[in-house]
Amino acid sequence: MTTLSPAHPVRRRPRKAYSAIPGETPGSLPWRALKSLILLVCVVAVVLPFLAIIATSLADADQVNKAGGYVLWPDDVTFSSYRALLSGGLVSKAMLVSIGVTVVGTALSLVSSIMLAYGLSRPGSFGHKPVLMLLLMSMLFAPGIIPSYLMVKQLHLVNSYWSLILPTMFNAFNVIVLRSFFMNLPKELLDAARIDGVSELKILTKIVLPLSKASVAVIGLFYAVTYWNAFFNALLYINDAAKWPMQLVLRTYVVNNATLSGGQVDIAAGAPLPPAQSLQAAILVLSIVPIVIVYPFLQRHMNKGVMVGAVKG
Amino acid sequence: MTTLDQPAAQPAEKAGQADKGRLRPLPRRRRDMALFWFLIPGIVVLLLFHYIPLLGNVIAFQDYQPYIGILHSPWSGLDNFDVIFNGDEQFLRALVNTLELTLIQVVFVFPAPILLALALNSLVSERIKKWVQNVLYLPHFLSWVVVVSLFQQMLGNDGMLNLFLSAHDMGNWSIIGNPETFKTLLTSQVIWKDTGWGTILFLAALSRVDHNLYEAAAMDGASRWRQTWHVTLPALRGLVILLLILRLGDALSVGFEQILLQQQGIGLENSEVMDTYVFNHGLIGGDWGVSAAVGLVKGIVGVALVLGANKIAHLFGEEGVYRS
Repeated sequence: MTTLSPAHPVRRRPRKAYSAIPGETPGSLPWRALKSLILLVCVVAVVLPFLAIIATSLADADQVNKAGGYVLWPDDVTFSSYRALLSGGLVSKAMLVSIGVTVVGTALSLVSSIMLAYGLSRPGSFGHKPVLMLLLMSMLFAPGIIPSYLMVKQLHLVNSYWSLILPTMFNAFNVIVLRSFFMNLPKELLDAARIDGVSELKILTKIVLPLSKASVAVIGLFYAVTYWNAFFNALLYINDAAKWPMQLVLRTYVVNNATLSGGQVDIAAGAPLPPAQSLQAAILVLSIVPIVIVYPFLQRHMNKGVMVGAVKG
Repeated sequence: MTTLDQPAAQPAEKAGQADKGRLRPLPRRRRDMALFWFLIPGIVVLLLFHYIPLLGNVIAFQDYQPYIGILHSPWSGLDNFDVIFNGDEQFLRALVNTLELTLIQVVFVFPAPILLALALNSLVSERIKKWVQNVLYLPHFLSWVVVVSLFQQMLGNDGMLNLFLSAHDMGNWSIIGNPETFKTLLTSQVIWKDTGWGTILFLAALSRVDHNLYEAAAMDGASRWRQTWHVTLPALRGLVILLLILRLGDALSVGFEQILLQQQGIGLENSEVMDTYVFNHGLIGGDWGVSAAVGLVKGIVGVALVLGANKIAHLFGEEGVYRS
């Protein structure tokens, strides 16, 4: 067989479809122009707000005051808003809390989700059926706000950072995605290891995980985004303003428009506070930046069907 | 020794007798126990934060007093459900607002990703398509706090739009904090945040359409619209039904965080929905039993809706969410 095939196989061009693009015949020119225009408007509607707040957070006080609050392009770039927010005070603390909760939470979620998914990856093992039912049923029946709150209170977790992690540690859907990935790994590989007497933990860490790096990474990123964005649990469980994560700071000082006083940001004595709009814009930017940082990693995997495959069955 | 179920194990067992030095495979039961240990953290968390709170719903049948706890609070039968059965005014208001929002969103939010996916799908350049997708997916990953903040910064009374309008003597357009436009505002926020992301599933379904169908349709003289109607849309039907079922199951939950963030200044008349009712009455108002009762009924109705819609989908010969 091999001798018959040429050394450099000629790549066949894919057969041309009826039109230039495979699929529907392209529409008339005005119709296509209209469609492009609609897409352009969608893109601008998404990009413009980001552009405006980034520009406003970087513009200097004179320009912001002259423009009346918002600018679309900073004439002089100044980082004074960020300096004021990040050199101690409420926002710096909130950033630390959010980062801490996200890192610790993601690690815990990932470890326990992997363990659960792997433990459920072999139908017929001890406890497989009831635990799988427990997991699937949890997607159907949510406990409700009041009983969840009472449970956290009962465990004395109110005002503790653990209340931001433990109740939302699992996303049953993520566990199912991981499980279906583990179940699709080549069986022979795992069986061979088992016959050689390798412990399950070793199989998981030495064989299964290295083979499923990409899926685990995506699930981890999804958990991280969820922790970073969590607002309601923090509102419910964290009453002490000194322990607020970013989302609560954002709500108080941007959504509800409370004024940041000199005591809550750290600026050199006598220096003027940056304009309120710039400070608000800077808080917003700070709470978006981590998402934008992980976004390229997320979207690289998004279209590969990690999620789609799971939804379809 | 129990035999292993895998055929590959048998030669290993024979070899084990000949060669005593080799590790022998663990018996099946012990191996499975090893797997069971992996489940323990999951079971503990599920029980603690899911199933025990689920039992905690018994306070819906109690005159719950926080300082004496669930075990000692007096039972009150179905008293807490009075607000539902007798139609308490505030409860009805929340219910009506919720259903109204669900209806608006099914009509305006649900088709948006389908239209966007169709537009994206027919883009000629792959590169532009990828680029547009990457931009439009981003808002999905932002929290509601960020989305609400952005909307305020752009459309608020001191926001960019009004700044621009007043600078050009065009008056003031009150969008945010205005009870009359509140539902429109909520709907447009949902569209802004999730339309792009919603296209993923539709684009995946569209990419699986057999191109020969278009060719055949064009040969038969089908116009562009005919092709869309007879080839493209039928390919999306199963997915549309699946997503509608899931949406229906959530009919009583509409944007809890989103609304909670913006209730101030709107007034409850236009902004109270089921979830905010539970939150405002229970955790803020201290009316634990009643709000737990409302939450419980809402949960039960939600499950019933999913199961019912799934049944209907089966009757129409569609896959639905699951099949037993």
